[in-house]
Amino acid sequence: MADTRTTGIPFNVTQGSHTKGGIGESTLRPDGTLKVTGEFAYSSDMWHEDMLWGQILRSTVAHAEIVSIDTGEALATPGVYAVLTYDDLPTDVKNYGLEIQDTPVLAHGKVRHHGEPVALVAADHPETARRAAAKIKVEYRELPVITDEASATAPDAILVHEGRDDHHSGHVPHPNVVHRQPIVRGDAAAAAERADVIVTGDYTFGMQDQAFLGPESGLAVPAEDGGVDLYVATQWLHSDLKQIAPVLGLPEDKVRMTLAGVGGAFGGREDLSMQIHACLLALRTGKPVKIVYNRFESFFGHVHRHPAKLHYEHGATKDGRITHMKCRIVLDGGAYASASPAVVGNASSLSVGPYVIDDVDIEAVALYTNNPPCGAMRGFGAVQACFAYEAQMDKLADALGMDRVEFRQLNAMEQGTIMPTGQPVDSPAPVAELLRRIKAMPLPPERQWESSEGSDVRQLPGGLSNTTHGEGVVRGVGYAVGIKNVGFSEGFDDYSTARVRMEVINGEPVATVHTAMAEVGQGGVTVHAQIARTELGVAQVTIHPADTQVGSAGSTSASRQTYVTGGAVKNACELVREKVLEIGRRKMGSYHPSWATAELLLESGKVVTDGGEVLADLVDVLEGEAVEVEEEWRHRPTEPFDLRTGQGNGHVQYSFAAHRAVVEVDTELGLVKVIELACAQDVGKALNPLSVIGQIQGGTLQGMGIAVMEEIVVDPVTAKVRNPSFTDYLLPTILDTPTIPVDVLELADEHAPYGLRGIGEAPTLSSTPAVLAAIRNATGLELNRTPVRPEHLTGTASA
Amino acid sequence: MDFLRPASWEEALAAKAEHPTAVPIAGGTDVMVEINFDHRRPEYLLDLNRIGELSDWEVGEETVRLGASVPYSQIMDHLRTELPGLALASHTVASPQIRNRGGVGGNLGTASPAGDAHPALLAADCEVEVESVRGSRRIPIDAFYTGVKRNALAPDELIRAVHIDKADGPQQYSKVGTRNAMVIAVCAFGLAVHPESRTVRTGIGSAAPTPIRATTAEEFLNAALDEGGFWDNGKIITPSVAKQFADLCSAACNPIDDVRGTASYRRHAVGIMARRTLTWAWESYRNDHRMGGAA
Amino acid sequence: MRVNFTVNGRKQEADDVWEGESLLYVLRERMGLPGSKNACEQGECGSCTVRLDGVPVCSCLVAAGQVEGREVVTVEGLADYANNRSCAGSSCGTTLQEAQGWSAEGTDSQTGEGTELAPIQQAFIDAGAVQCGFCTPGLLVAADEMLERNPNPSDADIREALSGNLCRCTGYEKIMDAVRLAAARQSEPEGV
Repeated sequence: MADTRTTGIPFNVTQGSHTKGGIGESTLRPDGTLKVTGEFAYSSDMWHEDMLWGQILRSTVAHAEIVSIDTGEALATPGVYAVLTYDDLPTDVKNYGLEIQDTPVLAHGKVRHHGEPVALVAADHPETARRAAAKIKVEYRELPVITDEASATAPDAILVHEGRDDHHSGHVPHPNVVHRQPIVRGDAAAAAERADVIVTGDYTFGMQDQAFLGPESGLAVPAEDGGVDLYVATQWLHSDLKQIAPVLGLPEDKVRMTLAGVGGAFGGREDLSMQIHACLLALRTGKPVKIVYNRFESFFGHVHRHPAKLHYEHGATKDGRITHMKCRIVLDGGAYASASPAVVGNASSLSVGPYVIDDVDIEAVALYTNNPPCGAMRGFGAVQACFAYEAQMDKLADALGMDRVEFRQLNAMEQGTIMPTGQPVDSPAPVAELLRRIKAMPLPPERQWESSEGSDVRQLPGGLSNTTHGEGVVRGVGYAVGIKNVGFSEGFDDYSTARVRMEVINGEPVATVHTAMAEVGQGGVTVHAQIARTELGVAQVTIHPADTQVGSAGSTSASRQTYVTGGAVKNACELVREKVLEIGRRKMGSYHPSWATAELLLESGKVVTDGGEVLADLVDVLEGEAVEVEEEWRHRPTEPFDLRTGQGNGHVQYSFAAHRAVVEVDTELGLVKVIELACAQDVGKALNPLSVIGQIQGGTLQGMGIAVMEEIVVDPVTAKVRNPSFTDYLLPTILDTPTIPVDVLELADEHAPYGLRGIGEAPTLSSTPAVLAAIRNATGLELNRTPVRPEHLTGTASA
Repeated sequence: MDFLRPASWEEALAAKAEHPTAVPIAGGTDVMVEINFDHRRPEYLLDLNRIGELSDWEVGEETVRLGASVPYSQIMDHLRTELPGLALASHTVASPQIRNRGGVGGNLGTASPAGDAHPALLAADCEVEVESVRGSRRIPIDAFYTGVKRNALAPDELIRAVHIDKADGPQQYSKVGTRNAMVIAVCAFGLAVHPESRTVRTGIGSAAPTPIRATTAEEFLNAALDEGGFWDNGKIITPSVAKQFADLCSAACNPIDDVRGTASYRRHAVGIMARRTLTWAWESYRNDHRMGGAA
Repeated sequence: MRVNFTVNGRKQEADDVWEGESLLYVLRERMGLPGSKNACEQGECGSCTVRLDGVPVCSCLVAAGQVEGREVVTVEGLADYANNRSCAGSSCGTTLQEAQGWSAEGTDSQTGEGTELAPIQQAFIDAGAVQCGFCTPGLLVAADEMLERNPNPSDADIREALSGNLCRCTGYEKIMDAVRLAAARQSEPEGV
């Protein structure tokens, strides 16, 4: 291992020495310096002497039987060390998957989507590996493609997966439906009779890509004990491990995983990508193997956000009260299940939005098709629903002749509201207040592009492309608000583990925090150090690299890590504190009566009473001793949703954000410039205000992306991806980005550590419908799909 | 793959003569993408970076001789007066980093209908100076684009420079993309007012198999300007003339539906851009004209 | 083939380079300089931005053979490069705007304490402009070069100069803050 370039592996670093740096402060990232100097070792930066490069051969068609695979010529290529297919898999376990193990490590007999892995090559140079992969001959016999609900559930439809026996297969209406969740509460049909107005809508949500910048990559190093050391970028080390080890035929302790630097995730690293492939090649060749996807491959190498078709009906009385809601949400899960069941759970249980609606009739399904597999992406399920129900809210308000914001406020949920699942909302739900705040923000000035020197095109729709100097430009304003669950729901045992150690090093008390939490950019490591300082009164906190030598931290997803792993760190720190105080009492208890009687705290390197009296220096207490605790921590348990009625206390906590979008649309060319996207969000408690704002702004922009430009386009005839590159899958640039003023509310949730609320996803929800509402406001068009493209705004879409 | 590194223009011509399949690489902004994504494995790469003269330009009496590798950022910064349309087009090319590397020679060599420079070159009028060991020739821009990603170069020829008429009137350029920066054209439009010849020329990108001029629209407009005495009376172009011009520009297109946009949108957008760029350019002309008259 | 060039002021030689290799690959895999990032390899994200003879370019689109005899500066050499640059005569005046009411007053980034940073690097840390950090090296090289040319940029200038650098985490607001902060500090002789 001497030559493995892993020294920059994040966080084996010590931080903090001058300031208190506890929770609530905007302390800076412990990895900041490494990241600005280029020394931070991301998964694609791993290097090892004599390492080989892995290459994956992927299917060129979406749905086909594999007639034959000929690897002979590839294997004979000089510089090639191994070529592997399904037949080379070492054990009977040949599939993996988050919830349903339906995903083949390498295709067996059939490919189910464009870009499915078929064979692996290891060679001494990436170009050698690519050329060899190109020499593998695969003969396909193409099958008809299943691309939508009609083709998936037709009576004679080919089954994407034959012989299903997973735990959802018993209750789905068709084997090409992954999961179905109805929610019925009250009597929607009867309530509809009371409605003075009823509005309906059919909405389409496009396929969004996480488009994290750091490509899927990593390094697998075979070990002398027959195991393997894997350095990889992921969101959940232990979930990976559970899926990897059985395929390799190794016990979990022989697959030692270390988190390499993660270049963003957003849900796209919840599923495995190159992990098993690199390990297989490393174990086969006995050499370290590095795999790095290029951007083209990355579009095939991870799941995307579920595209969706949503049908909604809402009614309201003349006085503006919503009577009922009926909806049907069809999510395209693509070829493999991934997180589809959980996406269905979120979409159905959050389909009413943050509103009080007593009578509902809800159904959500996810399909198996031959489209690209879809799974986790920031806000999943809730994002698609929010786009539709917020469009419905505007329609309802308009039908009633009411102000769109006031109508929402009138129907806004609050603490105590009963969800459609029957679960009461038992912490603050300041929906009306968030709307009030964004509405109260001053609007950006009109015609900011005008200057004494003429029109600054950079501030106009079209930007540098010089399409307008103000002609055709109309401003629009739109509002939206959303609700997202925090943490894993529906009865999942959602725990995390923290190991905290406290000792004296170089005459200073130092805390070490060791978790398996994947730092993907969100700033969890910053917060862990802050928690340790607050709880243990030390300046120095060392964050140990995340690996599988400590218990699971759960996933860096579902807005859960600060809550759950933060909670685990807090809990472990409290246990360490108790032990430190025990030592203190043992060593020094006789010196001062307060040791026995007072509530004791650790602050600024000292043991103090709650009255502020100093009893001892931590250095003296800990002299010659080290205290270490590893402990699991859980949030409140949840329940599954009833499969027939959808009733159940399924969620832990909710997160709310509201947006106001101001757009300027070139109505003739159909080009949109988002001028401002103001956000108000309740965060419970901002452990690190700077990071909180950064998360909200980042989530807001991802929501804007799917509103106006981002979409993976899948050919409806071939089910092949048409734009797998950053040339044609467009992400917002800094010149597309509006100002994003953020107003943060801190209403504590008494059930959560420090009262905090998971924050990462909520801003992604309401951003999209707010932008759509603003574009509708500017253009007067109905716009029932997202993203909106210029042709939708100019009546020039193809049929 | 072989990497050829000629130190002079003559060496480059010799190399190209010896290896006609050699792919010239200058800015690399097209070729390297194809190599990185495994779309292309040329037998020879012919690096032109060491040939300094390709990055030079000369401003003459009538024309600018623009070296094939002059980066777009240099055109933006130094040739805004002489080549205003091309300078505007250059500003829409990809990103600052790409504009620092890419040049007009690459756009011409690739001859993609989406190349940003083409509409400006067509509108301004120019000749492409190409050369081989057999000799040098100048290809009029109107004869340069021969098909989808095909041009009039012989296999042994290299693009040395472009001779572009210096602007004698206002020029404009617009490009539609679905992003405000760093975007490939859904379609693009260039327009140049030539007071000396009393003509207006156009160029359209990404709306036909090759970059094209809207010649019928030009003929209509030139006649209308002439008949209405617009060149002398400095009046604004009447809305009906502008509309007819825009409609004819739309009609000149022969676009396709693709992942970047629909054919119908492209036709529509070209019309809007034609009307707007004509309005802007004519407004400048009228201002210049009035100033000239007062002097 | 063999390629000789200068990286961050040091002569380097790469052997057995495949002719299709990019400068980015050579830097990352042959020179031990993985700071320049491989996010798209098609010139669409700017994460591999380096200075080639002083000019910011996407190193993924420069063929390795094209850098023969030339000078490259990567993020790893940015601090030295900025330090060597003469700052005399620069005059700036951009007011640092508050980051939506929160101020970056933590003083906590101690990792690598003692590491000398370019002003733009420090500003990115202080303003919270780094999340996952994968876009950061390219942005730093591009932003540093812009401030060299234009020490007093407007917001629109900053956005234009950085429009070739994608970031997926931050929504760019903190990046704007960081560049404004660096410009403001640059205008004050001893920094803020």
